[in-house]
Amino acid sequence: MSFAFYLVVALTVAGALAAVMLKNTVHCALALTVAFAGLALLFLQLDAQFAGFAQILVYIGAVAILVVFAILLTKGSETPRDGVYSHNWFVGLVIAAGVFAVLGWAVMGSARILPHETAVPTVTVLEIGNALVGRYVLALEIVAVLLTAATIGAVIVAMHEKEGKS
Amino acid sequence: MTPLASYLLVAALLFSIGLAGALTRRNAILVLIGIELMLNAANLNLIAFWRYGPHPERMTGMIFAIFSIAVAAAEAAVGLGLVIQIHRHAKTTDLDAMNRMKG
Repeated sequence: MSFAFYLVVALTVAGALAAVMLKNTVHCALALTVAFAGLALLFLQLDAQFAGFAQILVYIGAVAILVVFAILLTKGSETPRDGVYSHNWFVGLVIAAGVFAVLGWAVMGSARILPHETAVPTVTVLEIGNALVGRYVLALEIVAVLLTAATIGAVIVAMHEKEGKS
Repeated sequence: MTPLASYLLVAALLFSIGLAGALTRRNAILVLIGIELMLNAANLNLIAFWRYGPHPERMTGMIFAIFSIAVAAAEAAVGLGLVIQIHRHAKTTDLDAMNRMKG
């Protein structure tokens, strides 16, 4: 593996660790943006240009901004006095470490039989567009309905109810 | 170690970090951040298998990842809307303090 791979992995993992460990919630959101950018770079290294730029647009452009908005609207930037971790944080940490151990064991155990194609795939945006409205048109329509329903639902859920109205 | 195995290990590490964040933090928004990290780790797996698996010209893994990104965006919108509404109702986003279903 190249030096660039390790650099990007270090950036991504550091961003992810900071996103779940920092005390200030706004700093967590900014570290999350770093992790998303690192993941987009990993996608680009895997020759998936479209997915990489979609990652930048959707995650850095929309989700991270949404998280920052939610933090500011809920006054979540104030660090609570009695710590930022749940009272049963140790159990969560043990579960996460166990999951990582199982996943790592499975990956290392099957490393020899994993596929390894060396040919670099060249997929143009035109081909992706044709596939989306051809072979995957049903999935595209369902995702469109899901996004519409989720957006309307989010607005209705977060809508401010007037006082005295049931 | 093959490139695919190293990408899978990175994805496993990111997934575990996200899981640890979702299980140990008290702020509901930080739990959502952990879930987003887990979804992204799954996307990295899909893209890595698309790149190193046979028949990448069929684009199965990449299209799956693109749809997964779209669904994750919808999930983030609804989840953050719920957090805002819960904060308006209970005046807190501390999950340890939210122990009643009837408010």
